[in-house]
Amino acid sequence: MILRLIERTAVFLVSLAVSTVLVFAFMAILPGDPARVALGVNASDAAVAELRRQFGLDRPLPTQYFDWVGGLLHGDLGTSYVSKVAIGPQVFDRLQVTLWLVVAGMIVALIVAVPAGTMMAARHRQVSGLALSAVSQIGVAVPAFLAGILLIVVFAVKLGWLPANGWTPPAQDPGMFLKQLILPALSLGLVQGAVLTRYVRSAVLDVLREDYLRTARAKGLRPFHALWRHGLRNAAVPVVTVLGLQLATLLIGAVVVERVFVIPGLGSLLLDGVSNRDLLLVQDVVMVLVLAVLLVNFLVDILYVALDPRLRASA
Amino acid sequence: MKSSFPTRVVAFLASAALLSVTACSAGSGTSSGGSSPGGGQDLSIGLVAEPASLDFTTTDGAAIPQALLGNVYETLVKQDDSGKIVPSLAKSWTVSADRKTYTFDLVDNAKFTNGKQFTASDAVFSINRVKTAWTISLKSAMDVVSAATAVSPTKLQVTLAKPSNDWLFRMTTRIGAMFSETGVSALATAPVGTGPFKFSKWNRGDSIVLTRNDDYWGTKPNFAQITLKYFKDATALNNALLTSTINVIGTVQAPEALSQFTSNSKYQVIEGTTNGEVLLSFNNSRPVFKDVRTRQAIRMAIDHKALLDTCWAGRGKLIGSMVPPTDPWYEDLTGIAPYDLAKAKSLLQASGAAGQTLRLRLPTLPYATSCGQVVKSDLEQAGLKVQIDQLEFPAAWLTTVFKNADYDMSIIAHVEPRDLGAVFNAKYYTRYDDPTLQADLAAADAGDEATQVADMKKAARRLSEQAAGDWLFLLPNLMVADKDIKGLPTNAITEAFDLSKLSR
Repeated sequence: MILRLIERTAVFLVSLAVSTVLVFAFMAILPGDPARVALGVNASDAAVAELRRQFGLDRPLPTQYFDWVGGLLHGDLGTSYVSKVAIGPQVFDRLQVTLWLVVAGMIVALIVAVPAGTMMAARHRQVSGLALSAVSQIGVAVPAFLAGILLIVVFAVKLGWLPANGWTPPAQDPGMFLKQLILPALSLGLVQGAVLTRYVRSAVLDVLREDYLRTARAKGLRPFHALWRHGLRNAAVPVVTVLGLQLATLLIGAVVVERVFVIPGLGSLLLDGVSNRDLLLVQDVVMVLVLAVLLVNFLVDILYVALDPRLRASA
Repeated sequence: MKSSFPTRVVAFLASAALLSVTACSAGSGTSSGGSSPGGGQDLSIGLVAEPASLDFTTTDGAAIPQALLGNVYETLVKQDDSGKIVPSLAKSWTVSADRKTYTFDLVDNAKFTNGKQFTASDAVFSINRVKTAWTISLKSAMDVVSAATAVSPTKLQVTLAKPSNDWLFRMTTRIGAMFSETGVSALATAPVGTGPFKFSKWNRGDSIVLTRNDDYWGTKPNFAQITLKYFKDATALNNALLTSTINVIGTVQAPEALSQFTSNSKYQVIEGTTNGEVLLSFNNSRPVFKDVRTRQAIRMAIDHKALLDTCWAGRGKLIGSMVPPTDPWYEDLTGIAPYDLAKAKSLLQASGAAGQTLRLRLPTLPYATSCGQVVKSDLEQAGLKVQIDQLEFPAAWLTTVFKNADYDMSIIAHVEPRDLGAVFNAKYYTRYDDPTLQADLAAADAGDEATQVADMKKAARRLSEQAAGDWLFLLPNLMVADKDIKGLPTNAITEAFDLSKLSR
């Protein structure tokens, strides 16, 4: 157990270090000069060179890299080239918005996937199970942004039940916050839920074939009670792993959904940064996303061990 | 026995569905208000492209002056809706006989939002600061000023190194914005001006809030608060108006989707003109474009009316040269190169360009992408080959096409006012080297108003006859708004979006 913990921590830290290099390298080869974008058309080469100097873009790449990583280690994300505002607080504000989305999306996904997946498994030889299976297959194929657009057309534009876009912080107006959260959360969560349903189904199917469940049934428990008392906890192990991976997908999906619903989260910050060639900002946001994904995977690894005693023994 | 499990699941799903329906209907009562309170006092306007910073002295782009110029910052003189230069912070002005000295009489009751009185010394400070502290390229329009002096608190004298009609015109743009000596410490986040509105709040990634300046020296605005909400794409913008999150679409980005508003009595659609000439630019330094017959052939091969119908839903105006109808020297020059496929073919044969491949490098902007396809098909009909490249805008397009002139043709709207001379010269990405044109432009700048108009007409006609580029169309000013909103400008010919005249 301890050994496994140390091993996972080491993997986590090395991945993090490698990703800083990769993220920095990608930014360095991205075409387009931040200084020229800021100064616009007609800017003289001298003016562009001067601005590059102010941004520190004329320094050697290794110097720029170590300055950036050094800042990150101190929690200093630097100042945006374009807006001249500190990046750290901006990223923190936007992260909160995106987290609401991800959490809400995850809740929707679970609400959909656990009952639907379990039912699909329990009735996998019957028409109703197969029908559910087909529906979830369609769900898997729909990208989140398409789901978002469809939801907007139906619930906002045609029916007028919910706002089509926008964001209100929960502290400012909880009612409006919820109304604006519903459609983005649904478009993220339904699609993820469809994916998750497949995993829940196969996990429950596996469990149903286990000897201990047959034993439980033989003891006289009804199928549902047997599954509830003995099966679901075991089925949860593979599902939690997938859930972790899905959290990463949700984070990326949120980037797209934020665009569709005009939500000022991390995703829209990232896209604005790219189009303005606000390279430092893009680097920081991508790093925060990478950190989040790595952290989730790390936690899942640990949770995995905690959930399944068999893994604990073998480690 | 067996049914118990599915029944529970169904019951659970049904209750979940019920829950969400209740949540939805709870919203239905108030959702029409959106995030704007919707009363008579507030207004929400949807725009595209949020500013990257609030400091237009060091960051370029149309979004910042659109929000702040005329609303938060004011200029000495401004343009009215028809393009005429009219008083603003200067009540009146005179020009000396040698056309080099301008004397401005300033209003005496204007105040900055930091409480300071606006005087001639602020004007001197603002004019000088353009030369010293500004970095964007527009600042070069101030180079012609040799001295600015405060004769009295309300009298300003500006001396030019040589006569220039263009200078007074440029004073209506952002370089003419009046700043407070004590209000320039944080331009990127805390603008201070004399305008009818105060900058109130910037919710980054979402909106900019302006509130009425109750100490404003002129006519006070009707709305106590105006929110400028920013959207990334046309669909989100349209949906926001359809669901009453906003009251006005400031610039329509997808004219083909207008029918959902024109067919609905809740909305009004406004169509006027802009300064945005959509130019099919030629890289005039390329051998293939050295022959005027090739350039003329391209203009004649394009069926402009059909192009406008296809790629911009027929909204917009055909102009035939680099002048919008709101400039005093506008003439309809669409007759110089009328659509004539047979003539285009024979011109291409004569110039030897037939069969050549031209690289059309397009920025990723809606009008460029959609019009590029039509241009390609028209030119291929006439016997050219066209290879389309998409370049991400702004960064990739700016570097490849604009800075390095690594292209044969491109499509972009030039939205700067009176930009004929700026766009068609040897140093610009059009690489158009024409001493006759430059001589006409110089004469126009130095002469009196009548000379200016005559010489500019000459220049515009020469440009069209020489086919230095092809003017696909003039972008329309298209706005959609709630029916009861009044005071929206028909033409969008300045960098500013005047919010002070809006009312319900």
